[in-house]
Amino acid sequence: MELLKINNLNKKFDDKYILKDINLTISNGKIIGLLGKNGAGKTTLIKIINDLLTPTSGEILIKGNKVGVETKKIISYLPERTYLNKQMKVKEILNYFADFYENFDIQKAKKLLEDLDLDINQNLSKMSKGMQEKVGLVLVMSREADLYILDEPLGGVDPATRDYILDTILSNFNENASVIISTHLISDIERILDEVIFIDNGSIAIHSNTDELRTKENASIDEIFRRMFKC
Amino acid sequence: MEFVFDNNIPIYIQLLDYLKIYLISGVFKSGEKLPSVREFATSFKVNPNTMQKALSELESMKLIYTERTNGKFVTEDKELIEKLKDEYALTLAKSYFQGMKRIGLGKAESIKYLERIDE
Repeated sequence: MELLKINNLNKKFDDKYILKDINLTISNGKIIGLLGKNGAGKTTLIKIINDLLTPTSGEILIKGNKVGVETKKIISYLPERTYLNKQMKVKEILNYFADFYENFDIQKAKKLLEDLDLDINQNLSKMSKGMQEKVGLVLVMSREADLYILDEPLGGVDPATRDYILDTILSNFNENASVIISTHLISDIERILDEVIFIDNGSIAIHSNTDELRTKENASIDEIFRRMFKC
Repeated sequence: MEFVFDNNIPIYIQLLDYLKIYLISGVFKSGEKLPSVREFATSFKVNPNTMQKALSELESMKLIYTERTNGKFVTEDKELIEKLKDEYALTLAKSYFQGMKRIGLGKAESIKYLERIDE
C-alpha cells in the first residue's frame, strides 16, 4: 500500500531550489532512513510532509489524502527542536497530549517513561538535554499513527541510550505503520533500516533497500554515504 | 546474549549465519517449533522485515518449514542438518588455511599448529 506518495515536488526560497523534483513512494511496514548532509534538504522535506511549509509546486499524498488536518492525525512527528513548554511537568505534558491527540496511548507513554527511568513529576526544564529528547520520543512513539517522522532523534543522547531508543522504535513499530528517521549518524542507525534515502542538494540521489545497497556496493551504508559525498 | 552486526555485510546474511549455528548446535532441534518472526527480531534487535528475509532464506534451503497456522518449525530431515554442519565446518577450515597461507604456511604446517592448541 502507498502510505506516502510525493510527485514532482519543488521548493524554492527566493530563487534557490531547496528541493528539486522529488518523487518518492513509501509503503507501510518500513523503517526508512532519510540521510543527507547538513543543509541537504531533509528538514525542509519533513516540514512539507507535515504541512509546516508549503511546496512551490508538486503534490503530496498521505494514504491518498492531501496534506492538511486529516493527515496530521495520522502522522506522528518529532521535530528537530522541541516545541514543548519546558515549564510543564512531564505528567502535565502527557495529559496535554492525551487531550490533543485522540490516538495518544497515555498508558504506553507512562510505561516507556518508567523503562527509561524518567520521573513524570519532574519539570522538563530540570531535565538534561538527553532526557528531554527521550521524553519527546516517547510522546511521539506513543501515538497510534500510520507514519512516524523523527527528525534527528539521536543527536543529544549517549550511545547506550541511542541503542535503547532504536530498540524502542523497533519494538513499537507495527506492520501497518512506517517510520522515517532523518539523521546524519548513519552508522548508529543503519542496522534497523529497511530502506535508505540519500538526499543531496535538494534531490534524491539514492532510494534503495538497505541490504541490497550493501550487497551491490559491498560496503556499509555509512561507507557508501561517505564515498558518495566525500565527507 | 548481545548480537554484534557488521554494517558492511547485509544484516540478513549475518542473521542467516546465526540461525544456521542455532540449527547445527541444536539450540533448536529437528522438528522443534521456532519463535515467531517478531520474537526473533526482538531478541536479535533487528528489523522484523530483515528477520523475515533471513527466515525465508532458511526456508528456501528447506532447513525450516512453515505450517500455515502454527508457525515455523525446524526440518525433520536430520541428514540435512548434518550436511549443513559439514559444509559449515568445511568453510571454517578453509578460512583457517587461507589465513595461514597468507603468512606463508602450508597445509601440513598449519595442521601442526592445530595440534598445538589445547582444548
